[in-house]
Amino acid sequence: MFGDASLTALVVVVGMSIVTYATKAGGFWALDRVEPSDTVRDGLDALPGGILVAILAVRLLEGGPSEWVAGIAVLVVAHRTESVLLAMVVGIGTLLIVRRRGAVIV
Amino acid sequence: MDAESAGTSSSGEEDTSAESENERLVFSRDGIRAGFVTCVPVALGVGAYGLVFGVLAREAGLSLLTAVVMSATVLAGAAQLIAVELWDWPIPAVAIIGTTLVVNLRYLLMGASLRPWFTRLSSRKAYISLFFMADENWALTIQDLRAGNGRGAFLLGSGLAIWVFWVVATAIGAVAGGRIGNPETYGLGFVLPAIFLALLVSFWEGRESLVSWIVAAVVAVGVEAVLPGPWYILAGGLAASLTGVMCDVR
Repeated sequence: MFGDASLTALVVVVGMSIVTYATKAGGFWALDRVEPSDTVRDGLDALPGGILVAILAVRLLEGGPSEWVAGIAVLVVAHRTESVLLAMVVGIGTLLIVRRRGAVIV
Repeated sequence: MDAESAGTSSSGEEDTSAESENERLVFSRDGIRAGFVTCVPVALGVGAYGLVFGVLAREAGLSLLTAVVMSATVLAGAAQLIAVELWDWPIPAVAIIGTTLVVNLRYLLMGASLRPWFTRLSSRKAYISLFFMADENWALTIQDLRAGNGRGAFLLGSGLAIWVFWVVATAIGAVAGGRIGNPETYGLGFVLPAIFLALLVSFWEGRESLVSWIVAAVVAVGVEAVLPGPWYILAGGLAASLTGVMCDVR
């Protein structure tokens, strides 16, 4: 647990915490006179969604039909209820049912 | 930030400060308590995420210690879940830290939005409070400040609630995660994609989102095919960002 592997991991975690705090405090500190333009705002707004889409596109392409069905279930529940956790639970349940039915080869 | 936008801000900012100057802003223990109590229901939901994060962190090969330290010091749910998704051996340090930075750039705007109030706190109080800013308690805090309650410690109090639930739940999840046999029996491999899909629904902003997401997907799949490692994630994010800017220009 305290070997080399864990030390590297902790260094990465420290790096993550530094860049995260830099964003949390940086906006308060730096955006004093520099009101971000609409262009900058639009660019920053689109980033998190784009990153999620990038991860999902590659992941779901490999995932196969049973994950696509479960993914659609997640989208429907998330849209209807706005609850991420409920959507996740329904998605997992759907995946397990579809797999157990054996109707789709995973 | 481009230089020309610097000059245009002053008039708008004076308006907001004039509006908020006539209310008092107090940084007190009562404010911390009010923030904490208001945030507990939200923090319970955050705790549920924390459990999931802890389990997945162990499945990805993080030690209990690493997972808990990450939750206690980073305190950013989406970035941490993405880091776990990227976690590998050897650890792709640059990609993980770089993606964390990019995912969290939205905090710049959230922190800036607190300026009308937080510039009136001592910088020590302001900068300690900002460490505890997460998506959920930022929204609650803005609500409380706009209501004119004058509670400068609300962000700190609500953030402490989130921090406690997030860190404790991570520890519980990580301990439980170490004891699960074959994760695929429970469909655990699909937990992160499911959470990301559900989060994506909340980022939906109409047709512009669709265009930038299609571009992000195409770029990500293309980059992943030619470039080994997790660079496709940053490439997709940046492609979406550029598309978002270009849609607006048109």
